[in-house]
Amino acid sequence: MNLTAALRATRSRSTYLLALRPNAKSWRPWLAPLAALLIWEACAHLPGVDPRFLPSLEAVAARAWEGFVHDDYLGHLLASLGRDLAGFFLGGLAGVATGLALGFSPLLARVVGPTLMTYRQISLFAWIPLVSMWFGGGEAGKIAFIAMAAFQPTLVNSWRGVAEIPKSYRELSDVLLLGRLGFVALIALPCALPQIFTGLHSALICSWAATVGAELLFNLAPGLGGQMNEGQQMFLMDKLLLCILLLGSVGVVFNLLARAAERRCLRWRTL
Amino acid sequence: MSFGWTLAPPAPVAGGTAIAAGLRQLRTFAASAGLALAVPLLLAALWIFCARYSWIPDQILPAPAAVWQTLREGCADGSLRDATLISLQRVLAGFGIGAGAGVLVGGLLGASRTLRSYIEPFFLAFNQVPHIAWMPVLMVLFGIGEALKIILIAWAAFMPAALYALQGVRDVPEGFRELGRALMLDRRATFCTIILPSALPSIFTGLREGLAHAWQALVAAELLASFEGLGYLMAYGRQLFQLDVVLAAMAIIALIGVAFHVLLSMAETRLRRWRLEGAQ
Repeated sequence: MNLTAALRATRSRSTYLLALRPNAKSWRPWLAPLAALLIWEACAHLPGVDPRFLPSLEAVAARAWEGFVHDDYLGHLLASLGRDLAGFFLGGLAGVATGLALGFSPLLARVVGPTLMTYRQISLFAWIPLVSMWFGGGEAGKIAFIAMAAFQPTLVNSWRGVAEIPKSYRELSDVLLLGRLGFVALIALPCALPQIFTGLHSALICSWAATVGAELLFNLAPGLGGQMNEGQQMFLMDKLLLCILLLGSVGVVFNLLARAAERRCLRWRTL
Repeated sequence: MSFGWTLAPPAPVAGGTAIAAGLRQLRTFAASAGLALAVPLLLAALWIFCARYSWIPDQILPAPAAVWQTLREGCADGSLRDATLISLQRVLAGFGIGAGAGVLVGGLLGASRTLRSYIEPFFLAFNQVPHIAWMPVLMVLFGIGEALKIILIAWAAFMPAALYALQGVRDVPEGFRELGRALMLDRRATFCTIILPSALPSIFTGLREGLAHAWQALVAAELLASFEGLGYLMAYGRQLFQLDVVLAAMAIIALIGVAFHVLLSMAETRLRRWRLEGAQ
């Protein structure tokens, strides 16, 4: 009981940075966003403020109405999401598979591990020119880049998840005379699962950021990043702010979904 | 913080065993270094062979000799050095501002439960917007000058620094705080001897993360909107299909990334040891 409680505490601490914690039992959390919106609105209506630089809330709302009803904003949003998820699944799968392999084989970890850790230190965006040359500036290049972003956190976390299995668990497996397969299926994977989820959760956030980066820096295509490029070149601040709001909302939804999935898949831990 | 050293002083060893132990240590180190170098050497060999027998066209992967030549020429005429210095300057300025403000704000939020209940959710929701997405907005507001880069880098460094500082200060174990109360420390002493040492590892994680994010933001900003610096060099090489320039710039970016990581880790161990001695 004591051990599980401690484990759970460390887990919730490590995922804290990734997660919104809705303790919305009081009105307090709503005060800051409300105040920010009010100040924004008030500043936009101050005399001498150029609406091109600071559009009012109703201008952004009008842009949203026009964009979703007359223009194809939904299509742009879906294009970005599709790209993001394709890259996330490719990179996440590769990352989990590699991480598990490194965790289960110390020799492999000693041979490949240092190279992979050094590779992590290369700034992600520095790969863009190379990736765009290898995979083209179109869809393939973008998805490859997003997959690279999703690969790193899943790799590190699943690797650590397996490598940090307590020694007593290994002893338990020996006492129960479990074979290699039994150890992996019954002890190692369930024990590493929370850490793997942390990696996937973090990869979801990283790949969303990479999606925006790819859309800004690769060839122009339908998607929120492309819309932002257009908004910047045509000086449409309301469009830019709308895109920011959409990007943030998708991030929040991703977070909530990831937390729900995590809770569902790890329900047995709380029993 | 570990107090293991007080419990288990190193056992005195006779000269012979010390040498044997040293040799053994050297051997294990050499073994792991050899294993670690196997993959990079293999990749390098593959690269050299690809270039020698021109399996891959130069526009996809230039020969190592060409990249080496570009690096040497760039160093000789100072163009690489200038680009590196400009990039470093930008990143350090942005990181200094962003991380400093981040640790301060995060520490305040971590210390006050009331403040946290008001601001924390909003703060975390703000964090959901990828920092690169602010670039077009900043470009409209500030043009593509130096201010854009510094603000973007500062923002990229601010968030991790603030979040980890918040976590570190908030999660000081209750027992430590009780100890402080029992010793009747005043606010200042509590801060210096209880809260800061306990939060320091978390703060350092935030700084490391912040520096990595700052370096990323710099590369992105220079790729998109710049006329000098390492990122610009890469964008230029990409447009002219000169991949040797791109790879040379990447090599320097990677080197600096590794150097940042190593320097901060060293600073952290140093500072923590100093804390331990100070607590003695």
